[in-house]
Amino acid sequence: MTPGHFIILSAILFSIGGVGVLIRRNALIVFMCVELMLNAANLAFVAFARMHGNLDGQVIAFFVMVVAAAEVVVGLAILMQIFRTRRSASVDDVNLLKY
Amino acid sequence: MLLAEETHAVTQAVSGGVEGGSWLLIGFPLFGAAVLLLGGRRTDKWGHLLGCLMSLASFAYGLVLFFQMLGRPASARSHSVHVFEWIATGAFKVDVGMLLDPLSLSFVLLITGVGSLIHIYSVGYMSHDENRRKFFAYLNLFVAAMLLLVLSNNFVGLYIGWEGVGLASYLLIGFWQHKPSAAVAAKKAFVVNRVGDLGLSIAIMLMFATFNNVSFEGVFAHVGEAHSGTVTAIGLLLLLGACGKSAQVPLQSWLLDAMEGPTPVSALIHAATMVTAGVYLVVRSNPIFNASPDAQLVVTIVGAVTLLAGAIIGCAKDDIKKALAGSTMSQIGYMILAAGLGPIGYAAAIAHLLAHGFFKAGLFLGAGSIMHGMNEEVNMRKYGALRKYMPITFATFGLGYLAIIGFPGLAGWWTKDAIIEAALEKGTAAGTFLAVAAIVGAALTAYYMSRVMFMTFFGEKRWDEGAHPHESPKSMTVPMMILAIGSIAGGAFLVYGGRLTNFLGPVVGTAEEQHGFNPVTPAGIILFVLMLAGVALAWFQYGRRDVPVTAPRGHLLTWWARRDLGGDAINETLFMRPGQWLTRIAVFFDNRGVDGIVNSIAATIGGTSGRLRRWQTGFVRSYALSMFLGAALVVAALLMVRL
Repeated sequence: MTPGHFIILSAILFSIGGVGVLIRRNALIVFMCVELMLNAANLAFVAFARMHGNLDGQVIAFFVMVVAAAEVVVGLAILMQIFRTRRSASVDDVNLLKY
Repeated sequence: MLLAEETHAVTQAVSGGVEGGSWLLIGFPLFGAAVLLLGGRRTDKWGHLLGCLMSLASFAYGLVLFFQMLGRPASARSHSVHVFEWIATGAFKVDVGMLLDPLSLSFVLLITGVGSLIHIYSVGYMSHDENRRKFFAYLNLFVAAMLLLVLSNNFVGLYIGWEGVGLASYLLIGFWQHKPSAAVAAKKAFVVNRVGDLGLSIAIMLMFATFNNVSFEGVFAHVGEAHSGTVTAIGLLLLLGACGKSAQVPLQSWLLDAMEGPTPVSALIHAATMVTAGVYLVVRSNPIFNASPDAQLVVTIVGAVTLLAGAIIGCAKDDIKKALAGSTMSQIGYMILAAGLGPIGYAAAIAHLLAHGFFKAGLFLGAGSIMHGMNEEVNMRKYGALRKYMPITFATFGLGYLAIIGFPGLAGWWTKDAIIEAALEKGTAAGTFLAVAAIVGAALTAYYMSRVMFMTFFGEKRWDEGAHPHESPKSMTVPMMILAIGSIAGGAFLVYGGRLTNFLGPVVGTAEEQHGFNPVTPAGIILFVLMLAGVALAWFQYGRRDVPVTAPRGHLLTWWARRDLGGDAINETLFMRPGQWLTRIAVFFDNRGVDGIVNSIAATIGGTSGRLRRWQTGFVRSYALSMFLGAALVVAALLMVRL
C-alpha cells in the first residue's frame, strides 16, 4: 500500500461525488455526493500526512469534518423547508432566484 | 488752446461736515426702496408718501450741498468724500467714495428735483393701481441707482449705479408685466442695455490694465502717458456704454418700446435718469475724450445720426408717447454731439440736458395727464380739440412744446443755440456739417412737435365713444406747472452770461475764447426761420386739415419711420437670426454629438449586461458545472505553468 493508491482512491471518490452533484436532481443525493467529495479530500489529507510524517493534514481533516457537519445541519434544514412548501426535493424546481 | 489742464485738482477727503454725510443722498431713496420692498403689503397705505418723502429729502440735502458749494471759490468746489474701503487686494484697490463737484451736483439736483416732481405726480397717476407701493419702491430704487452713478468717484462705483439703473428700468418698464408687450419691452431694454454695459465694463478693465487704477482721479491724471490707441479704445468702449443707456444709434431700439411702462416711468427715464447717464459718462470722462480726437469724432457722428434718426421717427409716430420718445432720442443726440465737441461743448451739453430735463418731463407728464383723461388712449389720431377740456395740461404741455422747438426766449432756444454755436465754433468741416445736421434736426423737431400739438389739442374731436376728457387732479397738475416754469426760465438761467459754463468750468474745462451770448447770429436766424417753417408745415398738414382717424398709408419714408427706420429689422437680421441659428446648431451638436456619445456608451453597457445576465439561470447544477469547469481551468493553468 503506497500513498499512490490512496491518492488514486481519493481521486476516484472525488470524481464520483462531482459527477453526482452535476447530474442528480434530488437534493439529498446531491448532499451525499458533496459529502463524498469532502471525504475524498479528507482521505487525501490523511494520506499525505502519513506520507510526510507530520500531523497537519490530520488536523485539517478534523476541521473539514466539523465544517461538513455544520453544512449538513444548515443544508438539511433548508431542504426541509423547501420540501414543506413545494412538496419536492428537486434542485431544478428551486430556480426562482434568476435574471 | 484748451484750458482743460489742472481742472482735476480735487480737494482731498473731507470726512466731517455736511459733505461727510453725502452718502445720505443715495441712502434716503435706497432706504425708501428697502422699506417698501421688504415691508410688503403692510406699507401699502403710506408707501407712496414715504417714497415721495425720501426723494424730497434727497433733494433738500442736495440743495444744502449745492449752496455750500456756491459759498466756496470756484477752484475749491470739488470734494472727494471717502465712505469706506471696499476692495483692497494687492494692486487693486477700490474705495466707495463720493465725488462732489459742480458736475455731479448739477445732476443730483436734476435727478432728485425732477424725480421728486415725478414721484408726486405718480401719487395721482397710479392711484387706481393696486401695486402703487411697489411702483414707488422701484422709483426710489431708480433714483438711488442714478445718484450712485453720478456721485461715485471711481468707475467701479459708477458701474454699480449703471447696472442698478438698468435693473430699475427693467422693473419699471415691465411694471405691467401682465401685458406681454410690456414684458417683452422690459426684456428688450435690459438686453440692449447689456450690450452697452459690456462696453463700459471692458473699458473699466482696460483702464485697470493700463493705469492700474479705476478712480477718476487716478485715471484722468495719467491719460497723457498712455498709448493713444489705448485711449481711443477706452473712449470708444465708453461711448458704446453711453449708446446703450442713452439710446443712441446703434443701440437705440429699446427706447421706443420702453413706452410700455407707466407714463411717469417714461418721464423719469427720459428726463431725469437713465438716458442722461450716457451724456454724464462722456462729459465725466472728458480727459479721455480730449486726448483722443478720433473717439470725439465718433461721438459727434453718433450724436448727429441719432438726432436726425430720432427726429424722423418722431415725425411718423401716431402714438403720443412714441413721438415723444423719438424726440428724446433726438435731443439726447444733440447732447452727445455737443459732448463730442470737446471743452467748447461740454457745458452746452449739460445745459441742454438740464433744460431738457424740465421740458421733456413736462411733456411726458402732460402726455400722461391726457391719457389719464382719455381712458389710456395713446393714439393721437383719436384725440383732437382737447385744449378746452384740459386747460392746465394744454398750457403746461404747450410751454414744454415751445421750449423744445426752440421758441425764442424759452429753455430749448438758449441751449440748442449754444450747441449749434459750439459746433460752428469748431471751425472745421466736420463742425460745420454737425451744425447743419443740428439745424435740420431743429426744423424736424419743430415739425413733429407741432404735429403732436395740433393733433392733440386742436382740430375736431375724434374721440372714441365713451371718452370723457377731464382735467387731472392737483397732485398731477402742480408738478406739471413747476416743470413748465422750468421750461420757460431754465434755459436763460443756465446759459445767460455763461452761468453754467463758469460753474462747470473747473470740472470740464472751458474754451479759451469766451464771448457773450449773442442770439442774433446768421445760424440763429436760419434756425428761427426753419423752426417757423416746420411749424407752418405741420399746421398745413395737421392743423388746418382734418386728421383721418385711421392712418393713411403714406410714402416710403413714413412707412420706414413707422418701423423705427428699420432698427429692429437690422438687429433681427444681423444679430437675432444668426444667434438663433447658432443656438440651433449648438442644440443639434449637443443632442447628436455630446448626448450621442454618452447615450451610446450607456446603451452598449445596458445591452451587453442584458445579454450577460442570461447566465443567471437559477439552476443550481449549472452554477455547479461552471464552478467545476472554472476550477478545472485553474488547475490546468497551474499545471501548464509548472511544466
